[in-house]
Amino acid sequence: MVGVSPLDAGPVLAIDIGVTTTRALLFDVVEGRYRFIAKGISSTTSAIPIHDVGEGVRMAIEEVQEVSGRLFLGSEGNIIIPSQPDGSGADAIVATLSVGPPLRVVAVGLLDDVSLESVCRLAETTYHQLVEKISLNDRRDTATRIDAIVRVRPDVVIMAGGTQDGATRSMSELIEAVGLAIYLLPGGKRPEVLFAGNQALEEEIKESLEYLTSLRIAPNIRPALEQEDLGPARKALGKIYSSVRFGHVPGMKDLEAWMGERITPTTSGFGRVVRFLSTVYDPAKGVLGVGVETNAISIAAGFEGELVQLVYPQYCMANNPEEFLSNTSLENIYRWLLFPVPKESLKDYIYNKSLYPSSVPVTREDLAIEQALVREELRLATNALLLRLPGTIVHSTDGLMPWFEPIIVRGAPFSQAPTYGQAMLMLLDGLQPTGVTTFVLDQNDLSPVLGAAAEVSSVLSIQVLESNAFLNLGTVISPVFKAREGVPVLGLRLVDEETGRTSSVEIEAGELKAIPIPSGQVVRVELRPLHSANLGFGKPASGGELRVIGGLLGLVIDARGRPLELESDPQQCRDMMRRSLWNLGG
Amino acid sequence: MQAPIINHLPVTVIRRERLLPFPGEITVREGQSVRPTDVIAEVDLSLEHMVLNLTRGLGISVERVDKYVQRSVGDRVAKGDVIAGPVGLGRRVVRAPSDGKLIAVGGGKVLLQVEKPPSELRAGIPGEVREVVEDVGVVIETTGSLIQGVWGNGKADMGIMQVLAKSPDDELAPGQLDVSFRGAVIMGAYCANPDTLKVAAEILLRGLILASMPYYLVPIAKRQPFPIVVIEGFGRLPMNSAAYQLLTSNPKRDVAIYAEPLDHYTGSRPEVIILLPEEVRAEPPVDIEYWRPGLAVRVTHPPYVTKIGTLLTLPDGLVTFPNGVRAPGAKVRLESGEDVMIPLANLQVLKTTSSHRERE
Repeated sequence: MVGVSPLDAGPVLAIDIGVTTTRALLFDVVEGRYRFIAKGISSTTSAIPIHDVGEGVRMAIEEVQEVSGRLFLGSEGNIIIPSQPDGSGADAIVATLSVGPPLRVVAVGLLDDVSLESVCRLAETTYHQLVEKISLNDRRDTATRIDAIVRVRPDVVIMAGGTQDGATRSMSELIEAVGLAIYLLPGGKRPEVLFAGNQALEEEIKESLEYLTSLRIAPNIRPALEQEDLGPARKALGKIYSSVRFGHVPGMKDLEAWMGERITPTTSGFGRVVRFLSTVYDPAKGVLGVGVETNAISIAAGFEGELVQLVYPQYCMANNPEEFLSNTSLENIYRWLLFPVPKESLKDYIYNKSLYPSSVPVTREDLAIEQALVREELRLATNALLLRLPGTIVHSTDGLMPWFEPIIVRGAPFSQAPTYGQAMLMLLDGLQPTGVTTFVLDQNDLSPVLGAAAEVSSVLSIQVLESNAFLNLGTVISPVFKAREGVPVLGLRLVDEETGRTSSVEIEAGELKAIPIPSGQVVRVELRPLHSANLGFGKPASGGELRVIGGLLGLVIDARGRPLELESDPQQCRDMMRRSLWNLGG
Repeated sequence: MQAPIINHLPVTVIRRERLLPFPGEITVREGQSVRPTDVIAEVDLSLEHMVLNLTRGLGISVERVDKYVQRSVGDRVAKGDVIAGPVGLGRRVVRAPSDGKLIAVGGGKVLLQVEKPPSELRAGIPGEVREVVEDVGVVIETTGSLIQGVWGNGKADMGIMQVLAKSPDDELAPGQLDVSFRGAVIMGAYCANPDTLKVAAEILLRGLILASMPYYLVPIAKRQPFPIVVIEGFGRLPMNSAAYQLLTSNPKRDVAIYAEPLDHYTGSRPEVIILLPEEVRAEPPVDIEYWRPGLAVRVTHPPYVTKIGTLLTLPDGLVTFPNGVRAPGAKVRLESGEDVMIPLANLQVLKTTSSHRERE
């Protein structure tokens, strides 16, 4: 446990500016540890009629003042910093930001399957829409490339190419096209440029582009043919995201004056938490973070401080239902439904959801559709993540999720779910974790601001993460095996550490079972895999012991197999899903 | 919390900004009357360029090219005009391959912008130009009834409104349309048949107002040359009573349709404007509203989708709905007299009177 140092002991105000709502969150020290104290919510006011995102921020802070009984806004509408002896004010303010449309990105690389691919992967680390790809392979002449860039009016051009000390001449052709395209766009409409390629070109890039637009240079994301390093460029892209938002979102410039550079893209804040936790937990496993937001799905995997983060606006209906459906099929969504719904109605529902992305399902059928959509979004994001994980990450079996401990989840579909069982089943179906993992529900959606707050107080972030603001949904054991349904694949012996009482359970292939463990109770679980089931204890058929601290759903054993194979008959599929839900408490 | 507003106003003043994506030339003046299809601004943003390689064309080195260039940046050239040269005994020259403008010269190359007609910005709504924003656009003001929708196909036009809907979810069939509706705006309710849109285009309809349509008409509707506005959403959804009454009580009036797609980020949305004489006294709509009892509301999600009612109470904390979902809610009295609990996220404030009349 980390104590509070005198330097870290002040109140911190965190602002989260989302697509539809703006939140103000107050953290302060209670009994020697940072706690989440109060929350204020307002509408995000960037659009008509207010056109000033700051108004929503002020309203959210006013609500925090009302709830906490403390003053944070000064007489001139300013935020009182630092905290005063009378208890007013905060020592620091941080913010996360996801309002606004995705960044329109033009990706430029030398070769399609090398640098261009890395640029696309880099774009995927923030809210983006890839509007054009340019490489030497596309065989277009310079003029056509120029026209392509001008036509799509990008917010940012990301360029990479050439290994360190590699090609420069070919890259110069692409730099020329980008420079001329930017020159053709009027000031104020010119995209920012991020160059993360061969550093030998730095001077040429500066000479060609610096006088035209804002240029950032990051270390080469492809320093060698077989090596990719997105880390530093990811940070630079995060800064560009904020910078573009400052220019596009009305009122953001005033906020910048309050907060300086401490405005982080929401997904970057979340990624920072995941990366940090991956340095704290079992190095043999990664840490996974999943966020279902109104305008994007984000998935972040941390492995001993290395982060792979992906953000997919295109997997959300709010942005474009046609694009969402182009990434999957109606059949893929349909198979996740607990109740039969006419396929036409399902598609109409998806289109209506794009009109009202924050709408809440209130009928049983609509809830089933929403949860089916979340499952599919998670599945798409998981598949994308598996493709993006470096080869050094050990997969339990090809095509399956690596071992993660824990998995942190955030988003309204989980925190608003009628039961924790429903939240858990969406996660198990969509993510299909393997081995032993704990699902932690960030019910107040604090993790992104904790990531942002880590810049001013790492102690705050750590202590709030350890607090009961996060819910332990349950410990999940998902054995990986090859066995027919009904064949025993796992034996468990549970020993209550307090009473010494023991019980044994045998799990069959195809089964999903929850063993309740009251909150706070500690149970030692001895695992005995059968039929060479792999639990992540080094090799298949290796058993082991766990200490499980009681969570909302206790211990969940998902022996339905990996990858999860759904019945082809829709009715049988629905029956299986209902049985699974029943076993998780409905 | 600020509440989202949808306007179905019988009389109001509508002011809309129409802005170019890039600075250009404004072609109207303050006080001028415009129709939706009138061009109000132009921007010279050709999306076709050519890079001419002078070193290759003249057969000389980059260092020597400059002294042979006969044109400067910004010069307009006609197809065949000499841009650089002549060089040597063969008197090699580089000519303009098409009409255009020289955008950049350097490094042995010329960037030529191919001459194209300028991009035009149309008024979108009829009215009077109240303000000219220099080089960028205009503010247009008009007086009329305003009915806002949820989906538009991006087109704009105006015409005399003919009401064909006999009920709020009456299906508009292709057989109902004939040449007598040429140039009209049709108010239908539900449209599911692609042929209806095809016939509408054939008879040169000027616009179509619908309560709802199935998702599969979206790509077809986007391709139509006339504006289409959907008031409620996708599937077979009846038009809410306020919009239905407002539209059906104004047949044969001039109606403008600005079918701008809904944009969550800017707040812009498709609109239908029933034009009223200028002498009608009107005020602009209320643009900010906070959740409070007494507000008229419209439901956006099943099971009461498209129903309208009055907000009665706002319970503290989260409300648990019949399916177990917990969310902030409001108790609403529907027009039928039924009191129901609805998530706040599924409600919009329905404005049916302008601010002045509401205060009365």
